[in-house]
Order: sequence, then C-alpha cells, then structure tokens
Amino acid sequence: MTPGLLGRIETRWFLLAVVGSAVTVALVPFLSGGTVGERYRATFMVLLIVAVVGVAWELIYHGIQQFRWEKDWPTGFGLLVGVPEGIVAWFIASNAGLPGTAGIGLSTFIVHFSLVWVAVWLVASGPMRLASVHWRYDGGRLL
Amino acid sequence: MDAQQTIRLPGSGIAPTDESTPTGRAGDLTPSMITADQWSDETLAAAGIPVIDTSIVSVGGGMGSFVFVDHLRIAGVPATAIKVLGVNDHPWDTYEYLTKNSQIPRKERLRSDSASTPDNIWGFPSYAMREAWHAKGIIKKLDPIWNVLSEPILTDYFTPRAGQVFSAIEREAERISYFDCTVKGLVRMTRKRIGGGYFTILTPPTGTTATKRVAYRSRFVHAAVGYPGLRFLPDLQEYRSKYDSTRVVNAYEPHEHVYEEINRHGGTVIVRGGGIVASRILQRLIDDRDATSNNVAIVHLFRTYITGSHGPGIRWRRPGANGWAYQGFNWPKAAWGGQLRVQLEKATDEERKALFDVMGGTTTPHRKLWLRQLARGRREGWYRTRIGEVEQVFSRGGAVITRIKTDGEIVELPASFIIDATGLEADISEHRYLRDLLEHSGAGRNSKNRLDVDAGFELRNTNSGNGRIYAVGSPTLGGYYAGVDSFLGLQYAALRIVDQLAAQGFCKRIGPIRSISQWVAWRRGKKI
Repeated sequence: MTPGLLGRIETRWFLLAVVGSAVTVALVPFLSGGTVGERYRATFMVLLIVAVVGVAWELIYHGIQQFRWEKDWPTGFGLLVGVPEGIVAWFIASNAGLPGTAGIGLSTFIVHFSLVWVAVWLVASGPMRLASVHWRYDGGRLL
Repeated sequence: MDAQQTIRLPGSGIAPTDESTPTGRAGDLTPSMITADQWSDETLAAAGIPVIDTSIVSVGGGMGSFVFVDHLRIAGVPATAIKVLGVNDHPWDTYEYLTKNSQIPRKERLRSDSASTPDNIWGFPSYAMREAWHAKGIIKKLDPIWNVLSEPILTDYFTPRAGQVFSAIEREAERISYFDCTVKGLVRMTRKRIGGGYFTILTPPTGTTATKRVAYRSRFVHAAVGYPGLRFLPDLQEYRSKYDSTRVVNAYEPHEHVYEEINRHGGTVIVRGGGIVASRILQRLIDDRDATSNNVAIVHLFRTYITGSHGPGIRWRRPGANGWAYQGFNWPKAAWGGQLRVQLEKATDEERKALFDVMGGTTTPHRKLWLRQLARGRREGWYRTRIGEVEQVFSRGGAVITRIKTDGEIVELPASFIIDATGLEADISEHRYLRDLLEHSGAGRNSKNRLDVDAGFELRNTNSGNGRIYAVGSPTLGGYYAGVDSFLGLQYAALRIVDQLAAQGFCKRIGPIRSISQWVAWRRGKKI
C-alpha cells in the first residue's frame, strides 16, 4: 500500500467506523464480562481509543515511511503494527479511567481488538478498492 | 527515418513513407489536406473520403486502448460510441511481442504489481489471490498469499505470469464487447474539425474498403500508440550497417538464433544494460547453459556500475549491488498512488524535473533466482562484469570486438554476439501519428521532450470546440505522473480521463454504487 498521511487517518477512521463497528456489533453478544450494554460501551470506547490514538501512530508510521525508498507501507506492516497498537490501547483502556472501559477483561479485549484489527486490515488490503476506485490512487484519501 | 535505426514494432506507426503519399485518387488525402491544420466536413466530401461518426476514437489498439475502453464501458458508455483504431488483432499483441523477445514468455513473470490488473479496474482480486485460488495443493495455494503478505521484506515482490495477465484480458475483452469497437488499419493522423471535434484518418488493410482512407469523426480522441520505437545504441547501429545484423541484436527484436548458435557451439556473449531486460536475458543464457552445458561465457557491460545503496540523502537510499540498482518496479511504488504521485502533481516544473532525476535511473527487481545464478557465474568464472564507455564496435576475424575505455585504459572485448538490453526509446517524432499531432494539432513537448499532457492527461492546446484529445502511455513520460508506461499507470490515466468525461456529461462517474455493482458484474462474468 502507498498511503499518504491524510489518507492514513481518513482510511483508519472510515474503516473503524464501518468495519470496526460492524464487527463490534456482531461480536459483543458472544463475549464475556458484565452486561451486553456494558460490553458495548467498553468495546466502542476501545474503537474510539484506536481511532484517536491512531492519529499519533499514523504520524509515526508516516515518519518511518519517509525512510523507505519506495515510500510505501508493505501489506504485512499493516497487520503487524496491530501488536504495539493493541498493547497501548489495552493500557489506555484499563488505566486511563475512561467511561465504560474499567471493567473490560483482557481476554475480551484481545478477542475484540484482534478481530477488529484483522477485519479492518483485510478490507483495506482489497475490498476497500470496490467502495472507491479513486482510493488507491489518492494515497488512501476519501474526502 | 532509416528503418534499420529503429526496431519496428507490430502496431507501430513507423511505416514506409510512400504509404502516406497522396495518390491523387478519390478517397485519398489531397496535398492541401496534408498541409491544413483543420478540415471541414466539405474537405472530406471533396476528397471522397467516407466519414464514419462516433463519439470517441482510441488510437492504438494496444494495452492503453483496452484499459481505457474497459473504464469507459464500466462508466456506462455503449460499445457503439467507441471506435478503437489500430493494427493489432488483440490488445496484448505488441506487449507480448516485446515481452517474448525480451525473454518473458507466457509462463514467466512480468515486472508488475499483484494489484495492477488491466482486466479489472479495481485491482481486486489481485493476481496473487487468483493464482492462489487456481493453484492445486495447499502449499501452492499458500505460496502467493505468503508472498504478498511478506513482500518486500522477507520475500521479493509477487509478480504475475505473463500468461495469467493475457488470458484475463482476453476474458475481460469479451465481457465488455471490446472487439465490437475495434477497426483494423493504420492510423495516419488526427486533425481538428472546423466546428468542433476531430477527424481521424485510418488506412484500412488493402482491399478491405472501397477507398484508401476512411475518416472517423468524433468529439474525443484518445492517443494510446505506445512506444514510438526502440532504437539501437549508436555504436551498435554503426556495426550493423557496416557488417551484419545477426551478431549484434537488440533484446526487443527476435534473436533466438543467438541462443541456438551458443547452445550448439558455445561462445562469448556480451550483454549491455543494467535493467530488467538485461536480467531476463542473463537468466535465459544461464538457464540454457545449465540445460545444455553449452559452456557460454558472459561478459556484462555496464556504463554505470552501482556498488551499494545510493541516493541523495538518508530518506532517499535505493538498494544496489554488483552493478545493479534494485527496485521492485520501474518507479518507487508511491509514484503510482501515494505521496510521490501527489508530490509530482503538485510540484513546479523545476521541482518535478528534480524529482524525476531522483526517482529515475535504470533498475532491476531484486530476485533471489537471479542473484543466485549470477553469484554462481562469478564464482565459476563464466560471468564477468566490465565497466566502461564503448568507443567502437567492429568485426575482426569473425568475432565482434567491443573497444571500451575503462579507467583511462582501452580494452578490447571479443565476443560471438552482443545483446543490447539498454532499451533506448526513439523520439516521439519518429512515430508518424505523434509527429502529425506535434505539427498540426497544437500539441507540444514537456521537459522530457515527450507529449505535454496536463494532470488529467489532456493533450495541451489541442482542444477543438467541445472536443478534447487525451494522450496516455510512454509518449507522455515527464509530465505529472511517473508510471505512465505501466499497467497501473494506464488504469490511473483511464480513470482520470473518464472522470473528466463524466464532468462533461459524456458518461457516468464511477462512484461507490456503480463501482460495486460493476464489480459484481465483473465477478459473475456478466457481459456488458
């Protein structure tokens, strides 16, 4: 993939909102811990954390990309960076005192975060190009 | 133009000059038409040239025309509104001619990204996914998937086999009724029409039409003629005109006799050039060496020898080794659709030129097979590299001698054959159709001396009333987009043009709904 900085952020927000939400809505009833309502509050808060903190991550990725000759972002990178992002998101969700996330269990977080991450990555790696034929030429921009 | 200086490609506009001379018979160009920049409907009628009306004419009939028509059809333009004029039977003919001669037969892999799919405007599913789908056995299925997942860090870039691409294009051509749009013949010229639009003059194959010429009257013209021609290096050209053309060959012309002769009698081959074509030629020579034990000796002559990673700064380091500069594709990847594409489009002319200089240069992809083969050749002594400026190439005692200047010393390299893999392109004015555009339509040249197109691929200064000429492919290199001479570049250009046609109300914009519904149609193989 060859994202630009704005394209990275726009794509992240779009895919978290559409794919991330869809996965969350479908998944939460099957997770454990608290009531379904509490779990929805907690998992959507995780999505919000990934969306907001993601802006900082994207700045870092974009910076790294500048040192690559191809100025690209290999497909595998998109999957792998889920690990550090997941660790930071867990740390924030369990420690920052944000509403709704205090009671989220680690296993619930891991299942939810991993599935969202993989789903978003899969869609970004192909099907996203069906939603917009211009997307891949515009460095991931949507607006 | 001396035909010997340029390799004639199937579909190229380089034709004997007498073909374009007016015959004075009805249905042919008249001397006054040849000199006039604009023609009226009456001009054509007076000359007795039949006129066929259509909305859009694509000149070329190769990959550029095909990719454009694919986008047009998906944007809702009926096949009846499109005419593709050219000499090819199939859109891939010229491309396959070049890849085959440069040793990429259908079973071998191109230098093209998995998601650059000329048969599918979305690049989804990519060629890697399709290869996985059709592969037999779990390992073979996982191999292309692992490749795209781990490239280019743990593996080399996945690239599709030539045959996979051609078969896919054939299917798509049938699906979009491409062959209903094609008309065979040599395109002589496009001239502006008084009152708007253009006339494009076609010379159909002899005997197929009542008149020598046929005119296509259209609002839009799309020029997709491909390479103007491929040239020989001047010293090799001199050798060929003085001695013979069997011992000094260009990689892009048929040259099987070289391998046959070497396989029978052995000998030394000099390969010139440091790009992908040189890599492929070397692979063929080494594959043959392994298969026939022909005892070939290879001398690889570099003009520029890359010793390691190189570039103007820490953010711009391109890997290299053993003479080669390594790069996955012919530009850094982001030039097609990332930050480099945007940067190039927004740059001033000066900045653009500088960016082209940084990104440019001859490169070859990093492929483990090639690295291993050449390392073995170096070790066993049958592959040697030389660096130098060629002074002269001449014949002595049945051998071809290359005299080079290297470190101030003159060295003579005898060989049985020289294969020129430098891929020198001819000037655009050597293509008759492009020359006519430069002389009569108002078209100009960019900083790289190619056709001056704007960011949307409109040929500057050539509009005629509400008519527009668009130009794509290799003749437009040096403008706002680097990857013009590639599958994805042709798709990008096609989309930009279709967007503008949609803005002018000529077709529908390919928005999300159209895109998804058309993809479903593609997936089902539904004819449109």
